[in-house]
Amino acid sequence: MSWVWAVLASFFGAVISALGMGGGGILLIYLTVYLGMSQLEAQGINLVFFLPVAAVALCVHAKHKLIRWKMVLPFVALGLPGVWLGAWLAQKVGSELLSKLFGGFLLIIGIRELSFKAPDKPDQNEQS
Amino acid sequence: MKHHKRWLAWPMGLAVGLLNGFFGSGGGMVGVPMLRILGLETQESHATCIAVIAPLAAVSAGLYLYREAFALRDALLYLPGGLAGALAGAWLLPRLKTVWIRRGFGVLILFAAVRLLTR
Repeated sequence: MSWVWAVLASFFGAVISALGMGGGGILLIYLTVYLGMSQLEAQGINLVFFLPVAAVALCVHAKHKLIRWKMVLPFVALGLPGVWLGAWLAQKVGSELLSKLFGGFLLIIGIRELSFKAPDKPDQNEQS
Repeated sequence: MKHHKRWLAWPMGLAVGLLNGFFGSGGGMVGVPMLRILGLETQESHATCIAVIAPLAAVSAGLYLYREAFALRDALLYLPGGLAGALAGAWLLPRLKTVWIRRGFGVLILFAAVRLLTR
């Protein structure tokens, strides 16, 4: 029945990804925690997985005019050297330590998500 | 948009890129609150964050492939579920209060964190 989990992980990972909520984490968690894949291999698969998901999500979001393209450029401009440095560091650190660091990162994010308070005006988003 | 904070986009981009390259994920988890700080509305920040991460993830994936960290065909298995989920999530974004998803997501990743740290 492992394929059921694969389908569920990829489906919900993509849902959360398309919502822009960091869904990449879901497939990554499935690959490492459930399948026991090495951290680096799982990260590579997760990155490729995100590309078609992002393409679909971006088409829909662009139609709803939810993307502020002006903000994208500065983020990507310095993001690219960041990616290069990050990928290089990941390789240096190795899967073993990397998976512990990722666990620590998830711990911080998880606590933050749980302590997140809903904004006072719940649908501030309906304006504009 | 809060103009006085705009320059922050550059260092924030560097941080998002670093995370994306290092963890192969997680750029979105920090990118969205950053875009909020820069003055974007909630849903705008979620959608814009995907536009930021997509090119970064493409380069990152290329680097991982180049270093032979994984085989491309191993990712294919997750494509159908991924495409269906992407459509569902993109449809949901303008219709949803994200707070409940965040709670569920928070529980899931705390569970994963404990598993990763204790294995």
